[in-house]
Amino acid sequence: MHPYVSSLAGGLLIGTAVWLLLTGIGRVAGISGIMAAAITQPRAGTWRLAFLAGLIGGGLLFARLFDVPVVTVTSTPGLIVAGILVGFGTAISGGCTSGHGVCGLGRRSLRSLVATLTFMLAGAVTVAVVRAAQ
Amino acid sequence: MSRGQTSVRPLLIAALAGVVFAAGLALGGMMDPRKVQGFLDFGAIGSGRWDPSLAFVMGGALMVSLLTFARVGTREMSWSGDAILLPTRRDIDPRLVGGAALFGVGWGLSGYCPGPAVASLLIGGRDIACFIAAMAVGMLLARWWQARTVTNGGTQP
Repeated sequence: MHPYVSSLAGGLLIGTAVWLLLTGIGRVAGISGIMAAAITQPRAGTWRLAFLAGLIGGGLLFARLFDVPVVTVTSTPGLIVAGILVGFGTAISGGCTSGHGVCGLGRRSLRSLVATLTFMLAGAVTVAVVRAAQ
Repeated sequence: MSRGQTSVRPLLIAALAGVVFAAGLALGGMMDPRKVQGFLDFGAIGSGRWDPSLAFVMGGALMVSLLTFARVGTREMSWSGDAILLPTRRDIDPRLVGGAALFGVGWGLSGYCPGPAVASLLIGGRDIACFIAAMAVGMLLARWWQARTVTNGGTQP
């Protein structure tokens, strides 16, 4: 399959998951928010644990099925620094690629548009700096 | 969640949504950090090295998401009988922009945003486990910092 076609199909599946969670149980599929709430108040919503279990189990299954390569693009300390930035940044801005990018833009939220443009720009600048340093 | 404690069906729906989400991430290429960096490398646009495929992931997801949110009103009930909860905040404050910027730097450095990182837990070995643990630490730090700034009179960063 051409990479653009599989990417489009992957996007449609992600959208379908958003539809299923919203129509099925009335919740928005924002992964950072689901993860943060699962950590800080695990008993408040068992649906979050079920969703995360599906995401983790599905990740194993489909990564094998679609031959997803296991690669990292930075060192372990680099990953730890990046992980803290991702966790802290998504928590204070209230969303990530799914919550702001897919669901927020889907709701036509200006707030999410600003967040999405900001993290895309910051990501692009970071990659440019990393590439220049290599 | 009104019936979440007693009914298994909402949990099955949530788990299935997680599985479908993971299928989309894996098929779309989001679980390959090289593809993510290749997409964010906007400096390579026009050079032939730029990989635009993740724009197709975003486009496909957004098509379904736009239709979904256009059709689902807040007064409608979900299949499980639970109310449909949508975010209500509309303000654009320094925390939104600053937090998104920090997230973007971490995303660019690692090639991982939260969804693909969590979905990679069982395939990524120690490195991914470290990334997810670090993400959890960042979330707890944010909670502590926000609680602290609120008690100090809500100082904005």
